[in-house]
Amino acid sequence: MTGVNFHGIWAIYKFEMARTLRTLWQSVVTPVITTSLYFIVFGGAIGSRIDSIGSVNYGSFLVPGLIMLSLLTQSIANASIGIYFPKFTGTVFELLSAPISAVEMVIGFVGAAATKSIVIGLIILITSAFFVPLRIDHPAAMLAFLVLTSVTFSMFGFIIGIWAKGFEQLNIVPALLVTPLTFLGGAFYSIDMLPEPWRTVSLFNPVVYLVSGFRWSFFGQGDVSIGWSLGVTGLFLLLCLGLIIAIFRTGYRLKN
Amino acid sequence: MQSILSVSQVSKTYGSGHKALDHVDLEIRRGEIFALLGPNGAGKTTLISIICGIVTPSTGTILVDGHDAIRHPREARSRIGLVPQEIAVDMFSTVASTMRFSRGLFGKKPDQAYLDQVLKDLSLWDKRDAKIMELSGGMKRRVMIAKALSHQPEILFLDEPTAGVDVSLRRDMWKMIGKLREQGTTIILTTHYIEEAEEMADRVGVINKGQLLLVEEKAVLMKKLGKREMDIALVEPMTAVPVELNEWHLSLEDEGHRLRYVFDAQAERTGIPSLLRKLADLGIGFKDLDTSKSSLEDIFVDLVEHKEASNEGAVA
Ligand SMILES: Nc1ncnc2c1ncn2[C@@H]1O[C@H](COP(=O)(O)OP(=O)(O)OP(=O)(O)O)[C@@H](O)[C@H]1O
Ligand SMILES: [Mg+2]
Repeated sequence: MTGVNFHGIWAIYKFEMARTLRTLWQSVVTPVITTSLYFIVFGGAIGSRIDSIGSVNYGSFLVPGLIMLSLLTQSIANASIGIYFPKFTGTVFELLSAPISAVEMVIGFVGAAATKSIVIGLIILITSAFFVPLRIDHPAAMLAFLVLTSVTFSMFGFIIGIWAKGFEQLNIVPALLVTPLTFLGGAFYSIDMLPEPWRTVSLFNPVVYLVSGFRWSFFGQGDVSIGWSLGVTGLFLLLCLGLIIAIFRTGYRLKN
Repeated sequence: MQSILSVSQVSKTYGSGHKALDHVDLEIRRGEIFALLGPNGAGKTTLISIICGIVTPSTGTILVDGHDAIRHPREARSRIGLVPQEIAVDMFSTVASTMRFSRGLFGKKPDQAYLDQVLKDLSLWDKRDAKIMELSGGMKRRVMIAKALSHQPEILFLDEPTAGVDVSLRRDMWKMIGKLREQGTTIILTTHYIEEAEEMADRVGVINKGQLLLVEEKAVLMKKLGKREMDIALVEPMTAVPVELNEWHLSLEDEGHRLRYVFDAQAERTGIPSLLRKLADLGIGFKDLDTSKSSLEDIFVDLVEHKEASNEGAVA
């Protein structure tokens, strides 16, 4: 066999998608309910007392932030459990003994996790259209951000799954790092609303750039310029990719 | 003829500092059945795991059909199928789908007709749509074999294939191994049971404490290892072996209730008739006679002692 192991990539992708489909009900219903709750509480009850942000009413302003929040948590959760579980049950031996390269394996796992996140992101988008008026100024950019973010954070989740030695560790990074960064990253407000020095501090939070870029694709306005958003997201993607390749080179926590 | 698998100078020290393999050299011939014998913790699984790419060797090289397993893993691994010692398979998948997964993972294009044949050969046909968690332990083991065969490997590793397996599966397995061998598959299996090696293998390797002690044609080895024991249950227990019996080198067992005689079953004269005559002459009564092959344990002790003795000889 030479060239790319397409059958191998496809086998992993299909396997991971089948895992998702087994729990289809939870996968779809949970985000719909959570999003609806956010809109009822923040959009309806509280949002009616908050002024528009820029030219956008607060309910609509929330949509990109909420989608980002779900993309991040879902991507990390899916990809991390996808590789952690085989390690936990021992089935990882088959992946390690197969003629499949690190990059091919990542494409399979990350591709499946990202697919699920993208679908959930779109479901949230559709759900939100029932609650608030929506417009998408740059649909292509919106989709690009959706895909880029899902892929990047699925890779990040994949790394966490390899690193984790137990189920607690699997949850610790999302709970202690990602959720706070998202909440503080302007998912529910514009960082311009923050007093100094917090506004400047926020600029060190990578999630700010994701949310801002994504919001720009909807309303043509964001906290930072679209160039910065793309740059930081791309940088994070490359960082994750580099880490994964290093992990497979050294066999870190996969091989003795 | 070039060997299909060539292991040279492979050592492994685990992170714990434990040296599991110590400079192992091994050549496997194309199409043979090779049995790796060794007690618990000898390093059998470690050696197989290194060849299959699951464990990284500390030193040494491995060539699979001429391809370096570390520098060209794709070429090497696509030729190898592994049935691990422990059952490890996704419990939520069905039998048929997990086989398709394995085949795809190893880069082979779908071939349901072939997979169906494997299912039938392993008596899994009726269970093809069952979830693996619904299967019995023995059936799960068959699934592990089915997965390894699903990508038509040239070399098949079976790590203790008959541990915890009933007679019918054991027989199925031997039949399957026979069939694979006819098709030219090279098979390497590990076992604790010398009978199993005897039944199936062309050649046998003995490993202990990470060292490959010997590799031998089975026939030659069986002759070497063909020692048997005869236990003589005495009517009256004795405190010491009578000097008249010295030439048979007997030992007293079971607090003086049994005499044990170790003999070579392949030898022209076993010494049994003369021993029994002598016992009658001395008026030593016995109730029962029992012969058995010497256990693998004894064989290891024997081999290791020989090895140590010869090492000392070399030093001196
Ligand atoms: N992951 C590991 N970390 C540290 N030591 C290990 C590891 N795996 C195996 N060992 C040690 O290496 C030695 C060889 O183990 P291995 O599993 O290769 O033996 P084996 O011959 O397959 O034994 P068995 O017949 O019980 O399956 C043992 O002493 C074992 O404790
Ligand atoms: Mg073992």
